[in-house]
Amino acid sequence: MNIKNLHAKIGDKEILKGLDLELIKGKIHVIMGTNGAGKSTLSKAIVGHYDVQTTQGEIIYKGENILEMEPEERALNGVFLSFQNPVEVAGVNNAYFLRTALNTKEKHRGEKETNAAEFLKLMRRHVEQLEMKPDMISRALNDGFSGGEKKRNEILQMEILKPDVIILDEIDSGLDIDALKSVSEGINRMKDGERTFLVITHYSRILDYIHPDYVHILQDGKIVKTGGPELVKILEAEGYQAIQKDLQCEP
Amino acid sequence: MAQEEVNKILSQEYKLGFSVDVEADTAPPGLNEDVLRFISAKKEEPEWMVDLRIKALSKWKTMSEPHWAKLDYVPVDYQSISYFSAPKKAPNSLDEVDEKILEAYAKLGIPLEEQKMLQGIAIDAVFDSVSVKTTYSKTLMELGIIFCSISEAMREHPELVKKYMFSVVPMSDNYFAALNAAVFTDGTFVYIPKGVRCPMELSTYFRINAKNTGQFERTLIIADEGSYVSYNEGCSAPQRDENQLHAAVVELIAHKNAEIKYSTIQNWYPGDETGKGGIYNFVTKRGLCEGENSKISWTQVETGSSITWKYPSCVLKGDNSVGEFYSVAVTSKAQQADTGTKMIHIGKNTRSTIVSKGISAMRGQNSYRGLVKISPSASGARNHSQCDSLLIGPNCGAHTFPYLESQNSSAQIEHEATTSKISDEQLFYLRQRGIGEENAVSMIVHGFCKEVFSQLPMEFAVEAKELLNLTLEGSVG
Repeated sequence: MNIKNLHAKIGDKEILKGLDLELIKGKIHVIMGTNGAGKSTLSKAIVGHYDVQTTQGEIIYKGENILEMEPEERALNGVFLSFQNPVEVAGVNNAYFLRTALNTKEKHRGEKETNAAEFLKLMRRHVEQLEMKPDMISRALNDGFSGGEKKRNEILQMEILKPDVIILDEIDSGLDIDALKSVSEGINRMKDGERTFLVITHYSRILDYIHPDYVHILQDGKIVKTGGPELVKILEAEGYQAIQKDLQCEP
Repeated sequence: MAQEEVNKILSQEYKLGFSVDVEADTAPPGLNEDVLRFISAKKEEPEWMVDLRIKALSKWKTMSEPHWAKLDYVPVDYQSISYFSAPKKAPNSLDEVDEKILEAYAKLGIPLEEQKMLQGIAIDAVFDSVSVKTTYSKTLMELGIIFCSISEAMREHPELVKKYMFSVVPMSDNYFAALNAAVFTDGTFVYIPKGVRCPMELSTYFRINAKNTGQFERTLIIADEGSYVSYNEGCSAPQRDENQLHAAVVELIAHKNAEIKYSTIQNWYPGDETGKGGIYNFVTKRGLCEGENSKISWTQVETGSSITWKYPSCVLKGDNSVGEFYSVAVTSKAQQADTGTKMIHIGKNTRSTIVSKGISAMRGQNSYRGLVKISPSASGARNHSQCDSLLIGPNCGAHTFPYLESQNSSAQIEHEATTSKISDEQLFYLRQRGIGEENAVSMIVHGFCKEVFSQLPMEFAVEAKELLNLTLEGSVG
């Protein structure tokens, strides 16, 4: 996925100001940045969230500019967002929802649709793996779930839908250590050299469990620095200000 | 997501809005004794019925139209309506039913020809003011079940009609019930004898076809001791600019250990987005649980009509009797609904359940109005009510008016109410998982209605789901 010169605004405010970012297939990319730098706007722009209006630039994925696609088309093409705050949908059964999503995707690809019995088996296995309560299968989608349960439910969906590009928007926020572990394990299970990850985070905590290939620093609507995992160490030691200073010093 | 897209889905065209050109006998507009005599003569009614009609008319004249409901509509001019319209060719057998009428029903998905009859469902087809065809009557007769038009019942089974008609909904019960008593044209009559479990779904399909007429049917269902029946009604009407009046009365009587399950899918023409045209649906439905351990269950899916005023109720007289009300009411476009139920507990240990789901979209206004009354004699009575409202878009409304009168301290009453919105965030979430917008809306709406749909017989549940999709198509975006 190649993001070129992306400009995007929320309301009248321009948030992304010519962002360039290439996500390399099979790699884990981490985006870090201060509050308001544009991290969530970037993830929303990629999936076509209605809050965000893109004004310039393109996102080329599988040879097409996905900015011209409806959100569901982007999803069916393999783009997945783990939401920062997954919304509650009362009355819609979690299993029914997820099976519908899976069947829609299978249909789109011309594959055989997973039937109810097969699906239930599949879902049970993943629920167990993620150490979720079994009643998560039959409860309404995210309805009354705790913060940790919601995040695990996002990972569950990711594992079942098997997307190609996975955006994790603050998957680590509000998780206790056990939840962080099982969420990270889920992510690592998905890593197969083919899938691409974009991990958006404030903290380096999750990076103890998943090992990024690239780290990008987002500031004021642009990627200002790209490096390897060592960047995280510098950030941890010296904070974002160090990066800023560093940038100012560059000739 | 743009609200216009939602509206587009919601403003889906009414698919049953056609009319057929059938030669009809139509009474001149207006309401007076002569019209009543005209109707009675057309229907070859016994003299006692004419007298009852005239009595009802004089009562109606002393009453005034109720305006306590949260409904806003152009008043009805009762003198400009024609109170009777019937296809000219009076059919005695199916061969004699006008082809055009058969075609009209076929278009509605209701074949009346013997060879095409729906398996396991007996149908009474009411076209404007008359019943044109009742299927499976003979098969049912062998079990002693009477399933015929109410006109026929007056001629063939006068003792039953005299005994039960007006026994649950008296002619002076309310303004629209009195009007119906005076001018009712046709409707269905069902009698299930002692100990008989009706082996098939009984069904009536009401169709308004003629212009400037009202439809005033009257349905009477009696379940004798230990019997069971499941009855369904459906309705539709052509798309017209003028409002048309539908004022029906339904009476149910369940004797000891008997059970009646009554399901309605109401799809009268709802009018357009500006509120022009559509059916005024003023209906009185009431069931009497006469005997001990009897049960009456109302399930309604109300998607049509421009105005709905309807409160299917249960009078729980027999000890241990059970009343249920499951309702989905959808108001889209400029539709208004004021609907709910009354559960009147008289017998000991009587139980009632109310599940009401109101869905409002576009400029629709949806009110739940329900009464739970516990009489002093109703020791150990229990009620559980749940009223949920779902709003789609910013211009619609939902209102809840629960009334409670308890005169027995041993009664247990619970009431729960929620109001929720289909938010852009929810729709986006489902779309991000690859589910298209319309499927996303229907998934949320069906999830919301699940408890009610699960009460419908299988065939009707499918129809209800499709109907709901059509009604809400275009409402999201």
